[in-house]
Amino acid sequence: MADVKKARPEPKPPQMDVEAFWTAAEREELLIKECQDCGEPHFYPRMVCPHCLSDRVEWKAVSGRGEIYSYSTLMRKGQPGHTIAFVRLEEGVTLMSNIVDADPQGLSIGQPVRAVFRKLKEDGPTLPLFIPV
Amino acid sequence: MTLNGKAYIVGAYEHPTRRADDISVARLHAEVAKGALEDAGLSKSDIDGYFCAGDAPGLGATSMVEYLGLNVRHVDTTECGGSAPILHVAHAAEAIAAGRCNIALVTLAGRPRAAGASLVLKAPDPDAPDLPFELPFGPATQNLYAMVARRHMHEFGTTSEQLAWIKVAASQHAQHNPHAMLRNPVTVEEVVNSPMISDPLHRLDCCVMSDGGGAVIVARPEIAAQLRRPAVKVMGAGEAQKDGQAGQIDLTYSAAAWSGPAAFEMAGVTPGDIKYASLYDSFTITVLIQLEDLGFCIKGEGGRFVADGNLISGHGRLPFNTDGGGLCNNHPANRGGMTKIIEAVRQLRGEAASAVQVPNCDLAIASGIGGALASRHTAGTIILGRE
Repeated sequence: MADVKKARPEPKPPQMDVEAFWTAAEREELLIKECQDCGEPHFYPRMVCPHCLSDRVEWKAVSGRGEIYSYSTLMRKGQPGHTIAFVRLEEGVTLMSNIVDADPQGLSIGQPVRAVFRKLKEDGPTLPLFIPV
Repeated sequence: MTLNGKAYIVGAYEHPTRRADDISVARLHAEVAKGALEDAGLSKSDIDGYFCAGDAPGLGATSMVEYLGLNVRHVDTTECGGSAPILHVAHAAEAIAAGRCNIALVTLAGRPRAAGASLVLKAPDPDAPDLPFELPFGPATQNLYAMVARRHMHEFGTTSEQLAWIKVAASQHAQHNPHAMLRNPVTVEEVVNSPMISDPLHRLDCCVMSDGGGAVIVARPEIAAQLRRPAVKVMGAGEAQKDGQAGQIDLTYSAAAWSGPAAFEMAGVTPGDIKYASLYDSFTITVLIQLEDLGFCIKGEGGRFVADGNLISGHGRLPFNTDGGGLCNNHPANRGGMTKIIEAVRQLRGEAASAVQVPNCDLAIASGIGGALASRHTAGTIILGRE
């Protein structure tokens, strides 16, 4: 914990196990994983099912529609910064993202949102972000 | 195996510093070790078990055993963030019961304040499977806990004013602690009018950032009986993890919902029996969630439970964090677990500040959340008693 630097280097996707997630994001498609044995979806994506440990986990394209489960806008030097959120997808999993193109004061839990795909940093990955519907 | 009565806390020490500009991390660990040994009336050569977590420098226990010149036959470096020392006390009791050591030293120390560190724990592990799906979205400790608070407000009608009562209670206690970083009592209005950090959490909903640390010594019952200090019995312990749960995220409860009942069952007591509670207080919401999960009130009633000073010693039904807690006193190395144990020991010995000492305090709880409430965390709970 001690003696750490403020720099928070971004992990460099694509990682080998999840490369498909990031290449899908580049073509504006959101993927989750679904187990072919137990039928359960999961997120974040893994190579084994966290419900039954089956390795028959396959990518599944989802709608990108969901609702805000919770959110918060971090203040930076007294000004509103980015808005982090957990978004519950229609397909039943919840993921971390940002809410963009919205006045944070107008957001609410349960509000419908949909995925948009953008880079937040020029040299970073294309990310699934969410905007109010 | 029950741990009830298998080990006692015989020494405890909290470093007085809150800013260690000229004290290294290794030296802080050594100073708290020495303080706890002196408190117990033991010497270094008595220690045969050593416990530390990720705040220890270098190779953890390996580095600190060398630095301290210890000769131990058991080490445990269980790392789960700020709750680790609470787990260490339980693991020390297990090790003692199993005959692997007789007298265990547990240390925690760090200097994030002097080092100018942010709340980011450490450089991300490129092999961590979860981080690529989180770090790009800017999780900080504050906004993760803020999302827990907002969901709690949504589900149960909890208010910022209710959360503020937790800080108010801590500040009422801290005024009696000469070492506390924030010694001025604050009001509900001052908390809710303090600058927003990450909505709905205000600056005064957050713990302090401090340097320093603490140590405890856990010993076999026969040894505890021979020592000069009032013996504090380990009666119950529980630990549990809660995380993203494969995408089935539910922020309304913590892993204390599992660690708490396990500890109470082992101790053979109920929440209603507890005279004093040390509750991890990285943020006000951390306390609220634990109060519910540990069974001091039913889920969703935490806001009403803490209101009107119910956590203030001498006033309310459940005195908590009478040293001022992490919210006002000390959160050394960004980890509040050790100071939770130490204040519980003070209360059970009758050595808390006189203004906040709970009369006839014979049963206490120390519970902690290590990691982050909204993403992944480990809860540790211990029940401690005075003979």
